[in-house]
Amino acid sequence: MKDKRTELKVSAIRSGTVIDHIPANTVFQVFMILGLEKSDKQVYFGTNLNSQKYGKKGLIKISGKFFEEKEINKIAIVAPTATIIEIEDYVVTKKENVHLPEHINKIVKCINPKCVTNHQKVPTAFKIIEDHKGTMKLLCKYCEKTMSQENIEFL
Amino acid sequence: MINIKNRSLVSITDYNKDEILRILDIAEGFEKDQRQKILSDYVIATLFFEPSTRTRLSFESAVQYLGGGIVGFASPDVTSVTKGESLKDTILTVSNYSDLIVMRNPMDGSARYASEVSPIPILNAGDGANQHPTQCLLDLYSIRKTQGSLDNIDIALVGDLKYGRTVHSLVQALSLFNTTFHFVSPESLKMPSSVKTGVKKAGLEYHQYTDFMEVIPKADILYMTRIQGERFPDPLEYEKVKNAYILDNSMLETSKDNLKVLHPLPRVNELNEDVDDNPKAYYFQQAKNGVYVRQALIAAILGLK
Repeated sequence: MKDKRTELKVSAIRSGTVIDHIPANTVFQVFMILGLEKSDKQVYFGTNLNSQKYGKKGLIKISGKFFEEKEINKIAIVAPTATIIEIEDYVVTKKENVHLPEHINKIVKCINPKCVTNHQKVPTAFKIIEDHKGTMKLLCKYCEKTMSQENIEFL
Repeated sequence: MINIKNRSLVSITDYNKDEILRILDIAEGFEKDQRQKILSDYVIATLFFEPSTRTRLSFESAVQYLGGGIVGFASPDVTSVTKGESLKDTILTVSNYSDLIVMRNPMDGSARYASEVSPIPILNAGDGANQHPTQCLLDLYSIRKTQGSLDNIDIALVGDLKYGRTVHSLVQALSLFNTTFHFVSPESLKMPSSVKTGVKKAGLEYHQYTDFMEVIPKADILYMTRIQGERFPDPLEYEKVKNAYILDNSMLETSKDNLKVLHPLPRVNELNEDVDDNPKAYYFQQAKNGVYVRQALIAAILGLK
């Protein structure tokens, strides 16, 4: 009975967003990029949860919060398998997978210390590409250096 | 399709094959008749935010052979950059005084940014460790001139293939033609996979070597580069390889008759001075070709050729 109550409390949010199918090792990254550590909303998160599709997964639930496209794009970069579920009055109103945009503008810092975007007031701009192994990379429009997912730092 | 007029040149990949060939053809015309005063009504700005010998002087010489005026600086120390003026403001100001801006700047990506804010075309003369397209074009010009064509060439690229921007751009550009690549470098300075993938995608062959001598008899072009000690995390590693890729005259005995030795210069010790007198040494002529190519670019971008 006690266990069931805990489960219910975590599962049910009246209104807000559930981010599901986060790769288990990037839950904290998603948490940080959305600034949830500073949030005054109720936030639940779990990692290494069982997932039929992925084996292990992470999940974050935020009460009373809906995300804009810019924030969803950030999630897509670190957690490309994530699903965004929006809930209003306990009813799922929207459920969709995140998708990587072709271009990422103004939200990621270029890793190259010599890049013009780190010295002048130039908004950053990246193209999402795949390297020869099929791994996702960000290609800086200016310095033309590529950056892997683990080096991404958000502005 | 050829579309060069009024367009900035930031990276060699900004030009397609036809545009590259068009520039080389115009350059050939300037080699035959260099002093054509077609720029007498024009002012070219040369903004060099860091030192350069060949690139700056050959650009300025190109403008003067064409009868154009030059404004600019060879070091930012004498400009408002020292007062903290932004690159954007410098470009917008200089664009009021000139028809085309030639810029070298130590920040990677500065040329692309300048081309976005500038109302007049930007010719990238090197943006940090990123691109140096006029070097690439003068290399292509030198290869075509000495071999008669850019197709069916065996080129050996020797030295630092990992960090050298010149070799990466050259491989990209030569991949538009029927080229066989021979990459010669120490294990730790091998050609990056991304560049090799480009070669494969173009349906071309590449071979990798650590032994320099093995490749000399196969090459039509021997493109030497400098191995920079500061690139090695372990100084011992550098000591092991630093003398492995030094070319001296006796090593050219087994080479083909049509072989030419190229080097972007400046050299340190990788080209022994006894190679200079060998007719196969082409690096100073290569630097001279830079003037024709830069004349061609300026004339084509301004719509005068």
